[in-house]
Amino acid sequence: MSALAKSNRTLGLVIALGLLCVVGAATAGERFASLDNLLTVLRLASVIGVVSVGMTFVITGGGIDLSVGAIVALSSVWATTIATQSMAEDFHWIVMVGCALLVGAGCGLVNGLLVAYGKIAPFIVTLAMLAGARGLAEIIANRRTQIVRDQGFIEFFGGSVLGIPVLVLVFALVAAGGWVLLNRTTFGRRTLAIGGNPEAARLAGLKVARHTTLLYVLLGLACGIAAVMLMARTTTGTSTHGGLYELDAIAAVVIGGTLLSGGRGTVVGTVLGVLIFTTLTNVFTLNNLDTSTQAVAKGVIIVIAVLLQQRLANRAGESHAR
Amino acid sequence: MRGIVKLFPGVRALDGVDLGVRPGEVHCLLGQNGAGKSTLIKVIAGAHRPDAGEIRWRGEAVALADPQAATELGVATLPQELDLVDGLSVADNIHLGHEHARFGFTRRGRTARATTELLERLGHAEISPSAEVGALSAAQRQIVSMARALSHDASLLVLDEPSAVLDQREVERLFTVIRELTAQGVAIVYISHRLEEIREIGDRVTVLKDGRTVAGGLDVESTPTPEIIRMMTGRAIEYVFPPRSNKIDDAEPMLEVRELALRGAFNGVSFDVKPGEIVGLAGLVGSGRSEIVETVYGARKATGGTVSVDGEPLRPGSVPAAVAAGIGLCPEERKSQALVLGDPVSHNITMAMLDRGGFLDFAAERAAAEELVGALDVRPSDVDREVRTLSGGNQQKVVLARWLLRECRVLLLDEPTRGVDVGARSEIYALVRDLARRGVAVVVVSSEIEEVLGLADRVLVVAEGRVLHAAPAAELTEHDVLDIVLRGIVLRGDAA
Repeated sequence: MSALAKSNRTLGLVIALGLLCVVGAATAGERFASLDNLLTVLRLASVIGVVSVGMTFVITGGGIDLSVGAIVALSSVWATTIATQSMAEDFHWIVMVGCALLVGAGCGLVNGLLVAYGKIAPFIVTLAMLAGARGLAEIIANRRTQIVRDQGFIEFFGGSVLGIPVLVLVFALVAAGGWVLLNRTTFGRRTLAIGGNPEAARLAGLKVARHTTLLYVLLGLACGIAAVMLMARTTTGTSTHGGLYELDAIAAVVIGGTLLSGGRGTVVGTVLGVLIFTTLTNVFTLNNLDTSTQAVAKGVIIVIAVLLQQRLANRAGESHAR
Repeated sequence: MRGIVKLFPGVRALDGVDLGVRPGEVHCLLGQNGAGKSTLIKVIAGAHRPDAGEIRWRGEAVALADPQAATELGVATLPQELDLVDGLSVADNIHLGHEHARFGFTRRGRTARATTELLERLGHAEISPSAEVGALSAAQRQIVSMARALSHDASLLVLDEPSAVLDQREVERLFTVIRELTAQGVAIVYISHRLEEIREIGDRVTVLKDGRTVAGGLDVESTPTPEIIRMMTGRAIEYVFPPRSNKIDDAEPMLEVRELALRGAFNGVSFDVKPGEIVGLAGLVGSGRSEIVETVYGARKATGGTVSVDGEPLRPGSVPAAVAAGIGLCPEERKSQALVLGDPVSHNITMAMLDRGGFLDFAAERAAAEELVGALDVRPSDVDREVRTLSGGNQQKVVLARWLLRECRVLLLDEPTRGVDVGARSEIYALVRDLARRGVAVVVVSSEIEEVLGLADRVLVVAEGRVLHAAPAAELTEHDVLDIVLRGIVLRGDAA
């Protein structure tokens, strides 16, 4: 895709988001077009946004991860359980955060090793992780919801800096970091090359298996961060956290313009995709439409977006032929 | 029955080919790689439509619009890669697409009986109709394919290098089957590189070269082997090869390959390449030449032997180790193995540099790409262009540029001019020679023997996974090489 087509795509996403906002303002008026509501949308978008940025890397590298929701759940449960069990005086919430990140990265490492070195299809590996991690979360939690009581933790992540919620800041940092990593480093270029043609990348001397593993670790880490954010937002850790995150994240990535077949990825598009979905949910909620209607709308939007994407890809293909 | 006549002038791949096959004969089709054999078979099978010419079947002009039309006439083709479904049984494979069925339910008993009959007709009743095809040997799979052809009442059977995957005993049994079929009136078109097989089984032979019929329907018995080889090699297009450089005999070898082996592909391969020297590997498809360079490069893990660059042995089976030691590979399948087609020229050139971490330097990347595109005269010279839009020759230059940027000391070229037009070929030859002159050790693999002979300083002749002969390129002719390969005779000469 040429630079022009790429900027066209991004423009299309911005227009779609703008239209949604117009609809929101027209139907819900003040309740939609307020600073409070804007911050609510951003706060909601931030958790799934972090996961989606990580997902962008895995999909760009030619893979897929269905286990992100389960990894978020396991990370949150594991971290909160450690916090509950060690009520010692000197327990600092940073240990809890570290635990969530480690568990997330660890799950990603298992996924990555099985995909890259075990040579099992990522769909299968992460499907197994989806079942396994969610199950392990239930075992650890004993099907009970753990409450986060550490006030330091709640205050830190629940707070704001210059009026911007910390959760939104975390999302912004992850997105900015992801953009730099994908577009400005050899790591990002390797990801594109491996997703575009893994055999060519291998024969050019790139360590394809190691890099693929790293991509899944990166996404696992993003899931750990998302778990921490979710723990702060809900003050709970439970095995039901992160339900259907895999679908939301993949949908946001695909709508954003990252090719599901790999080799082409955009962090900006993913962020816009997340914002479109979250704003949609917000508009529906403000208009008192139930979640089932939202789901139908989401499905329609995904299909339209992918149809448009194929149309664009075909047009790009035709211009080469000429 | 009067046989078939085909004429296709106009197509580049087939530039006026005549082929006449009589019922009940074994007609051998000979020609070097790229002579047009595969295209001709596809026309016979109805997979390609000829742009001109005429196909007559039993005296009547027919149009083979699609493979179904060919099947209905009674033409069946066995490609080198048999199109069987591994997970289905022998009986199901044979009757795939025309099952014995009533009301949509398959009639298993009848299918099994018909299968047994067909297998008996082929003299291979020992194959069970209920066996899973994936579990059969290569020879048995061939029989199943033939049975499928016979189930369509085929009266013309095209066998594309059937002996390539068989051992000597299996080939003998295949010949028995072929003789039984011809006795029943089935005509066979038999393709093979092994001249001795053609002597044994063939009745008549047609030789193709550069898409033309050199000799049509010669009697095998009365045509001597050297005469056939001469017809296969007679040159049509002259390529311009750069002059060879001066002797570099006193230098230490840059690349040393010792007793390299890959199970099932090749054995005991040893050779040296000095800086500035071009060594060519000549041999036919399936001789193991591509496997040898891929193993040297670490893309396949050697089962024995060593590869050293500048005296340092390499870790086997590791491409990154080979690249770090200064080896570069331009692989056989440029599009699927070397390039990210949707990415710009510049990204493709810098790809081998990405093993270093850190931030991208766009200005430096651009400058390096533009310099190389200029030096190698890649056209168009726009480095932002998607590499898929370039011609084959320019794509190959992009791959060469990748290794120039990496300053490789050993360059392995597998089919460097496949899909490259005549003009760009000469440019690539000149580039390769220029690299050698700058001290790079080069290994060239090509199925075009004249390319190896013209470009290389020294040539190794490879057949069936062994190096049969090594000699300076100037002392060999195309005729010699084919002779060595086809007769499998080891001539005198130093072992590498």
